[in-house]
Amino acid sequence: MADSPLRIERPLSPHLQIYRPLFTMVMSIVHRITGCALYFGTVLLVWWLLAAAGSPDAYGTFAAVAGSWIGRLVLLGFTWALIHHALGGVRHFMWDFIIGFGPKERVLLAKATLAGSIVLTLVVWAIGLAVKG
Amino acid sequence: MHSPKAHSPMRTPLGRVRGLGSARSGTDHFFLQRVTGLANLLLAIAFICIVISLAGESYATVRAALGSPVIAVIILLTLLSVTTHMRIGMQVVIEDYVHNEGAKVLCIIANTFFTVAVGLAGAFAVLKISLGG
Repeated sequence: MADSPLRIERPLSPHLQIYRPLFTMVMSIVHRITGCALYFGTVLLVWWLLAAAGSPDAYGTFAAVAGSWIGRLVLLGFTWALIHHALGGVRHFMWDFIIGFGPKERVLLAKATLAGSIVLTLVVWAIGLAVKG
Repeated sequence: MHSPKAHSPMRTPLGRVRGLGSARSGTDHFFLQRVTGLANLLLAIAFICIVISLAGESYATVRAALGSPVIAVIILLTLLSVTTHMRIGMQVVIEDYVHNEGAKVLCIIANTFFTVAVGLAGAFAVLKISLGG
């Protein structure tokens, strides 16, 4: 927020593109990307609710789009982004309590976030497809 | 406000703010992001269960479910917590990447408009189903 009207050119710390990509760094970036994707994804949630509040026709349109293969693909991505961002949030929550900051723990937590997000997404969809087909 | 001296290019940003006292809101943003994040984690689990149970169901079934008090309250709480989390999260992203002062302010205003619109539209839909028939 603090923008000085006249800036002096001072040396800056190295930018992102200078660094070799590290696994923990990539996971941090993915956390931000999934957050931004979910931000715009809430439009789909509101569409669902407004369609249900609207008319059977409006709901039918929503259901047809959501049930199509492309709709299901988007919802699969939505599920993964949500779970990945949620697990990433838990990771940050642990760090807030100064847990898991060691060099091995950091990598382990990052791997657990990625693996957990994929496994849980598949579990959620397996349950969904088993219940609903 | 700044004194005329404050615009001197020889003064560092730290030098300009030193002695002015804190803004008294340093950790609010950080703390609210954590509190809403924790709420989102719990609400998202309930929300995923609701979505799976309603996937592919008829218009009447979906409306009956969304109109039931427990589900309606869960979705209203989710909308409140999620849109707050979204607004302050996206604000951090904007502050990180949009450096032009005017564009930054416009983006933050647009962010507020979008998140409030999402929250209110979703809440209106749920309340209409619950109360309006």
